[in-house]
Amino acid sequence: MDLFSDDFTDGNALAGPLREIFAVDMTSAMGRCVSCGDEGPVAGMKVYAHAPGLVARCPSCQEVVMRLVRGPSSAWLDLRGTMSLRIPMPAE
Amino acid sequence: MRLPPGQYLTEDFPVLTAGPTLRVPTDTWEFVIITEAGEKHRWDWKQLMALPSERPTVDLHCVTKWSKLRTDWQGVSLDVLLDGVDTAADYAMVHSYGGYTTNLPYEDLRNGQAWIAYKFDGEDLTPEHGGPARLLVPHLYLWKSAKWVRGITLTDEDSPGFWESAGYHDYGDPWREQRYQGD
Repeated sequence: MDLFSDDFTDGNALAGPLREIFAVDMTSAMGRCVSCGDEGPVAGMKVYAHAPGLVARCPSCQEVVMRLVRGPSSAWLDLRGTMSLRIPMPAE
Repeated sequence: MRLPPGQYLTEDFPVLTAGPTLRVPTDTWEFVIITEAGEKHRWDWKQLMALPSERPTVDLHCVTKWSKLRTDWQGVSLDVLLDGVDTAADYAMVHSYGGYTTNLPYEDLRNGQAWIAYKFDGEDLTPEHGGPARLLVPHLYLWKSAKWVRGITLTDEDSPGFWESAGYHDYGDPWREQRYQGD
């Protein structure tokens, strides 16, 4: 089994949909992958948008790190593939 | 016009995928059914090809609202595969190469409702559309018709698959417009 084609965009595709949920731009947040432990910015994720929701995969190991489904009156954010998100905040 | 509520008609065949398109060689392909007792039933590609096939013409309904009518497939009915499987399971979890999963009731796999499909429009099913073989359960939204299918686990308890655990409906009947949880 190998990859045949790979039609994805980068994590900047998550900027608008995540801004609907969080009040800050999440694309500069640093996410750590549950599967391989690599850390990188949300903007660096591989995003598959031709799907029933947005599927973000780790650029290192290809495992799913985030799923975002936008329904008419709810959004579902599944982060089970993300160990942590380090979100830049203004200094206190 | 046989369109479920909220759907529009399309003539092409859009490709939706939650990850990279996979190329699964038929010489290493296998399909495994595991019962609730842990009993495994395995078919390789040659064994699948040797089974009697059917040529269903069915309508497809994607939860992203496109529908494609009268599509021509060839594949092996799940009735053929499950007839020799000793099970009293109520649910099934479908597994794909690449890690995708989707859940459905066992009875939705029986009685001429589901196939392991390997041809579309008379041609080998392309990787973009889930070849070499995909599940085809056209009475449910198309995310249930898992591409690159590799097996089915039969269970007593229902548990959500890839999209069902991220907001989509557990069952997904297009005629009742069961798109999201709570619909």
